Amino acid sequence: MADLAATLVPFDEVVSRYDPLIGLETHIELGTVTKMFCGCPTRFGAEPNTQVCPVCLGLPGSLPVASRAAIEYTIRIGLALHCSIAESCRFARKNYFYPDMPKNYQISQYDEPLCTDGWLDIALDGPQPGGGVEHPRRFRVEIERVHLEEDTGKSQHVGGSTGRIHGADYSLVDYNRAGIPLVEVVTKPVPGTGPLAPQVARAYVTELRDLVRALGVSDVRMEEGSLRCDVNTSLAAKGSEEWGTRTETKNVNSLRSVERAVRYEIERQAAVLDAGGRVVQETRHLQEDTGITTAGRSKEEAQDYRYFPEPDLVPVAPPRDWVEQIRAALPELPSARRSRLLREWGLSDLDMAALRNAGALDLVAETVAAGATPADARKWWLGELSRRANDRDLDLADLPITPAQVAAVAGLVASGTLNDGLARQVIDGVLAGEGTPEEVVAARGLAVVSDDGALAVAVGEAIAANPEVAQKIRDGKVAAAGALVGAVMKATRGQADATRVRQLILEHLSQS
Amino acid sequence: MDSELTGMTAAALAAAIAAGEVSAAEVTEAHLARIGAVDAQVHAFLHVAGDAARAAARAVDEQRAAGEVLGPLAGVPLALKDVFTTEDMPTTCGSRILEGWQPPYDATITRRLREAGMVILGKANMDEFAMGSSTENSAFGPSRNPWDLSRVPGGSSGGSAAAVAGFEAPLGIGTDTGGSIRQPAAVCGIVGVKPTYGGSSRYGLVSFASSLDTPGPLARTVLDAALLHEAFSGHDPCDSTSVDAPVPPVVAAARQADVSGLRVGVVPELGGEGYQPGVMARFGEAVELLESLGAKIVDVSCPHFSYALPAYYLIAPSEASSNLARFDGMRYGLRVGDDGTRSAEEVMALTRAQGFGAEVKRRIMLGTYALSSGYYDAYYGKAQQVRTLIIRDFEAAFEQVDVLVSPTTPTTAFPIGERADDPIAMYLADLCTIPSDLAGNAALTVPCGLAPEDGLPVGLQIMAPVLADDRVYRVGAAVEAVLADRRGHALLDEARGLDEARGIDNG
Repeated sequence: MADLAATLVPFDEVVSRYDPLIGLETHIELGTVTKMFCGCPTRFGAEPNTQVCPVCLGLPGSLPVASRAAIEYTIRIGLALHCSIAESCRFARKNYFYPDMPKNYQISQYDEPLCTDGWLDIALDGPQPGGGVEHPRRFRVEIERVHLEEDTGKSQHVGGSTGRIHGADYSLVDYNRAGIPLVEVVTKPVPGTGPLAPQVARAYVTELRDLVRALGVSDVRMEEGSLRCDVNTSLAAKGSEEWGTRTETKNVNSLRSVERAVRYEIERQAAVLDAGGRVVQETRHLQEDTGITTAGRSKEEAQDYRYFPEPDLVPVAPPRDWVEQIRAALPELPSARRSRLLREWGLSDLDMAALRNAGALDLVAETVAAGATPADARKWWLGELSRRANDRDLDLADLPITPAQVAAVAGLVASGTLNDGLARQVIDGVLAGEGTPEEVVAARGLAVVSDDGALAVAVGEAIAANPEVAQKIRDGKVAAAGALVGAVMKATRGQADATRVRQLILEHLSQS
Repeated sequence: MDSELTGMTAAALAAAIAAGEVSAAEVTEAHLARIGAVDAQVHAFLHVAGDAARAAARAVDEQRAAGEVLGPLAGVPLALKDVFTTEDMPTTCGSRILEGWQPPYDATITRRLREAGMVILGKANMDEFAMGSSTENSAFGPSRNPWDLSRVPGGSSGGSAAAVAGFEAPLGIGTDTGGSIRQPAAVCGIVGVKPTYGGSSRYGLVSFASSLDTPGPLARTVLDAALLHEAFSGHDPCDSTSVDAPVPPVVAAARQADVSGLRVGVVPELGGEGYQPGVMARFGEAVELLESLGAKIVDVSCPHFSYALPAYYLIAPSEASSNLARFDGMRYGLRVGDDGTRSAEEVMALTRAQGFGAEVKRRIMLGTYALSSGYYDAYYGKAQQVRTLIIRDFEAAFEQVDVLVSPTTPTTAFPIGERADDPIAMYLADLCTIPSDLAGNAALTVPCGLAPEDGLPVGLQIMAPVLADDRVYRVGAAVEAVLADRRGHALLDEARGLDEARGIDNG
């Protein structure tokens, strides 16, 4: 079988003989308070079938009314992607039978999308592929359309080994998700990526995610399924004018999986073509555990969706002045913001990539805004706090500490109130819920001891307790002072300024 | 007393109740008694809601006793077509697939009727999912025409029409998609109105063809229809296709009943060959009558009306094929074959095979085909173009005249079973009514006499532009008044089918 990993062609070999062509369809659940066509709430994680009404359950007689907020959010995305906004467009019905679709049709858009013809620029930050060829680092991904539709319910297949519908004992359906507004962003085919195709796919989805988040129209949590990708991949022999047959890998739900799906399909399709076979146009599913894709429906058995204009809804005709209002209110977009911050903070592209990959860019920016230096803010978020987040298996943003609190800690270090070791203890306290940094310093008594009189006593005690070490220092072995500094620090529970302690020790011994 | 009350118009009942001459409870009781006496023969109702009706009537009487200001039809009972959701009664749409389904919500129209203090006697029979012209497609058996119990009452709102014509209710609510209010009203000898599309809410009306379905009133007089029209019409934010405009002044127009100076167009495409001679005769007399009342009569050709029927039978089934997809046995209603061995898809297929009747299946297949990839442009797309041409025919006509007139139906009521196996013959019953559905304008049918060859009622159809619903009432009321004067009694007094049961001697 062509699906077996053993028959794959190594990636580097494929891209020396074939040109990959990719295209992406990305579904984004909008963060509107209510659903697309009714007033039900959209809160994630509610008890199944508690956020439903006759409309989103598709009960006989119920009718949809389009959400103005969802239309506005979609226009916002379209404008940020440099799209044209339709003067008038209609919803369409996509007809197919499935138990998680309450009406057995989905209200979507077909030949009249709300937004068309835009683009999104992306920049790669990973290493150059081998082969000695310098590949471009920046790509303009052309956007074909952005349209609005409703999400389906969610099926859960119980029993059986696969979690899929076949072999299950029974299935449960939760309609809470049914009717949540869903935006689909469709790219045109992205040519010229060569061996960078998997990285380009990932970078595009990352950029789109950041863009959507910056627009405030979705929280885009891929692990909750609020952003899902269908990844189209095809291969053409190098230099060929004709595009190859494409496959569509459905519902890829992490950035890493986007990259893996493209990479796997490139290797698999090359094996099929090398063996003299032909790539079947079909939908495929990425197996998250093994990273391989398996065949779903083929084009031959594809559904005829019988699209036609939704007669229960009137056309959407966003007035031009409204569109211009939305355009004027767009926030600074992520790429422009990154360029500005890179300049303001004096960072390299790699520094910036590290911040983005750690999910720390916004946190650092807010920390800087709260008064920390960019260097300090980066140090705390990428260092200590990233470790804590890893230990707790949390996203950085989900740590129970605010950028303002991090800035406060950095400020206390800068003013000499804390040293780095004490600052880590303060962070412990904040994360443990003991209050603000100032409260933790006070409650734990963590301030640096800067009173020389108190330190002199501790220094005297340390020298008295370690006569051999003291003698070595008197004999000129100044490096031995470290042992005495350690003893003083221990005695003061880390609250002394180590540099000052060292000075005091040396002064004390040179006088005696 | 009872037959006196059931014989009264809605306007007269409302006045009597308001004046304290009779209680809403007594009016409801009289109609429930009439239903009990004759509905075994007529079969106008699929569900009679006696207790709910009595409770609603009592509530009106209590509110009146407490001095509350009530709506103009408070306490008046009616028959509600079983296509509107009702949270206290089953809603079946005449289909096995919804047998026993009780919706968790009221349709907007149901709610507005309740808020107006009207008493819903029960759910009226209909062709399954409003597909048909005779009620023979009801899964629960046909209704019968009170003029002749061996004949159909028309359809799909045949139950509502039969209830009103049979004095089981003074008023009925129907829906018109291709003529489903006007055709049964015409063959039952009563008044029926298809308001402007979007003038009355579709929320809670189980969709057959979304771009055509229009709720409307059935009544024994034009004024009664107008009173009911105003009671339930108006913008509904829950229905995107509902028109956000004031309800046309239909009650005032019905009272005005004046056609002098009005320009009336006769559509030659709707009449002539293939039409029952007695129907054409009565129609001709009605036109002469209008002229005698001071209307200016002209012929106005609408050349694309000839294509209305085929266009309708592509558009309506296309929408129906999608609207009816939700009936799959997964969430509500009938479920067939769920024995633990079959897949969800198999259960869906078995449920639909057993739950839908032949006509519904025929239209689902027609519509599925018309929307299929590769056929869409030739069928659905072309039909939409024809629809545009018909709209233009109306626009051009209404530049010349204020209203258009035609027979409402090509024939009078036909015998039960006569067209059951001939869908084309059945579809022809809606030949004259379909153009206004496709164009979305207002149209009314008013009785204009009996066909001499069979003694059955003939309807005069009056069509007016979109949102000019008042005009059809104005003309209808004028015709009604003159004919009643000439006759000296109500036309329905000549209905023989239920004479014995009603105990009225028309001798």
